[in-house]
Amino acid sequence: MRIAIERRLNPSTWASWGGLALSILLALIMGGIVFFMVGANPLKAYSVMAAGAFGSLYNISEVLVKAIPLILCGLAVAISAKILIWNIGGEGQLAVGGIGSAAIALFLSPHLPSFLVLPLMVLAGFTAGGLWASISGLLKAKIGVNEILTTLMLNYVAIYWLEHLYFGPWRDPTGMGFPGTAIFPESAWLPRFPQTRVHLGLVFGIVAAILLQVILWRTRWGYEIRVIGENPKAARLARMKTTQYILWVMFVSGGLAGLAGMAEASGIHYRLQQGLAVGYGYIGIIVAWLSKLHPTGLILVAIFLASLLVGGDQLQSVMHLPSSVGLVLEGTLLFFVLGSDFLSRYRIRWQK
Amino acid sequence: MDSGSVIFIFSITIQSSIAVLFATLGEVFTERSGVLNLGVEGMMLMGALSGFAVAYFSHSLFLGTLTSLVVGGMLALIHGFFTISLRANQVVCGLALTILGIGLSSFLGRSIIGRVGERFVPFPIPLLREIPILGAVLFDQTPLIYLSYLLVPSAWFFLYQTRPGLNLRSVGENPAAADTAGIPVTKLRYLWTIFGGMLAGLGGAYLSLSYTPGWKENMTSGQGWIAIAMVIFALWNPWRAALGALLFGGINALQFYFEARQITLIPSYMLRMLPYLFTIAILVIVTRWKAVRRRAGAPASLGLPFQREGD
Repeated sequence: MRIAIERRLNPSTWASWGGLALSILLALIMGGIVFFMVGANPLKAYSVMAAGAFGSLYNISEVLVKAIPLILCGLAVAISAKILIWNIGGEGQLAVGGIGSAAIALFLSPHLPSFLVLPLMVLAGFTAGGLWASISGLLKAKIGVNEILTTLMLNYVAIYWLEHLYFGPWRDPTGMGFPGTAIFPESAWLPRFPQTRVHLGLVFGIVAAILLQVILWRTRWGYEIRVIGENPKAARLARMKTTQYILWVMFVSGGLAGLAGMAEASGIHYRLQQGLAVGYGYIGIIVAWLSKLHPTGLILVAIFLASLLVGGDQLQSVMHLPSSVGLVLEGTLLFFVLGSDFLSRYRIRWQK
Repeated sequence: MDSGSVIFIFSITIQSSIAVLFATLGEVFTERSGVLNLGVEGMMLMGALSGFAVAYFSHSLFLGTLTSLVVGGMLALIHGFFTISLRANQVVCGLALTILGIGLSSFLGRSIIGRVGERFVPFPIPLLREIPILGAVLFDQTPLIYLSYLLVPSAWFFLYQTRPGLNLRSVGENPAAADTAGIPVTKLRYLWTIFGGMLAGLGGAYLSLSYTPGWKENMTSGQGWIAIAMVIFALWNPWRAALGALLFGGINALQFYFEARQITLIPSYMLRMLPYLFTIAILVIVTRWKAVRRRAGAPASLGLPFQREGD
């Protein structure tokens, strides 16, 4: 008896959804093993996580709070992946976006009419993140330097820069040594939904997702981006301007991650401080791939992954287990989803 | 500059380069076989954690080092299974492995952060140690560093001068031809992916047992990624990998020297950015140079799954 593997002519939708369900189950089982290894009862741990994420309306709103940067960072990865560019630099672009918007909030806002502050912060955050990503975009498009590595290296540079600013020149002079900038003036606070910490960033995320969806599938730009991504040779033959598209997509991609940084700084912390760049850029990669680069579907995936993060935080405060279990579950899940793609692309037969 | 400073700088250059060197050599083998594993950072972190933890509890440096090899190899096996057997996207799989390694090492290592455990101590080599300057730089180091001295030439010899090395390269260049010649493509790709993971794990253990003994979350601080960049700089050649790692070590040593001497020529936050900016610069230069010289770069089938016709 031997196993034969055949390529399916059409990827099976059934296997794709079944695969996703199976992947979630397997990831939970693997997570259970990890809990067991550190001497925790897996069932209790999962129930604490579930209660932490969905136990009350406020907890659910906290899931949405974390989903905001995940949606924006996920979109950043997804849009660049569509054109076959790997933007692994969401984390750094988020940090630089935070810096850009904070510059407006801290230094320019006293000289501005208050209704202008937030729009300018959005613009500054987006542009700062976009320009940061454009460094890698330029190097890729003009010289061909591997963008995975340059975007990643720039993460470290950005985070050292951010730390330098709030530990050094931008540190709050009245903060008694607290590592962070002064609190932004209120005109620089993103409005929140009543009784929650959910802020206007959620609207940014949803609007961005819908816009990208429309651009990718309803416009000539989107069409050409998809052609360049799926069949670079055809794109060349059709004289599509690949270099220009790469530059623009990289700018927008970094801009979205920068917007996430702006939203975190202006909607949650009201300042730059430790805890601004805590890995959303990296989790954005998982968000993008679990949603199969589908902008609107990505919102649901981001909410699901955010619930794992919030559940993980709860685990830390209730059972004193490190909250990084959220990351473990998400990494494992990505593996299983990648593996399950195999089931939808190939058919396995046992032959006598 | 006095001879003391010279010894200080070069000795730290070597010490700072070893983790990247092990990981780079490992990835050279993996990529030579046609598999791109971007999970180096994750494998290094898990190697660092497991190596330190086992040495801490068993009081055996040997067991600790061995564990880091096994753990690195096992993580690479996961990558191998998903990319070689299930033909999943190698880039995303590697990223998943890195994220998993970061999360898992942070989760499992929480209880031993900051503990003081076993560590490798310098082991001066008799006679060689007496060579002026060179002896103090090269031969007054810890055992894992001596291991790396042996590993670089053996890796080169194996890749370019032996039959199994030729097989390994052929599998990465033209798997279909290798397969026709009776070379077991899948088996070799698994083998060298696992080997690469073992060296990445060893690189991690070098950090937690020798370079900066102890466990700290994210203690590799991007060295796994720098290793992947160094593979490109090295054009997949072990000697050039050693050169790249030494350059990286040199930047680190300069940083130490500036801080130790309290030289404020460059602000310290910029010094900390330097290794990453330097890596970008090196990538730009090597990419330009390759284009101008029309040098062949990556193994031709790097990142592509192999499937026999009709299978």
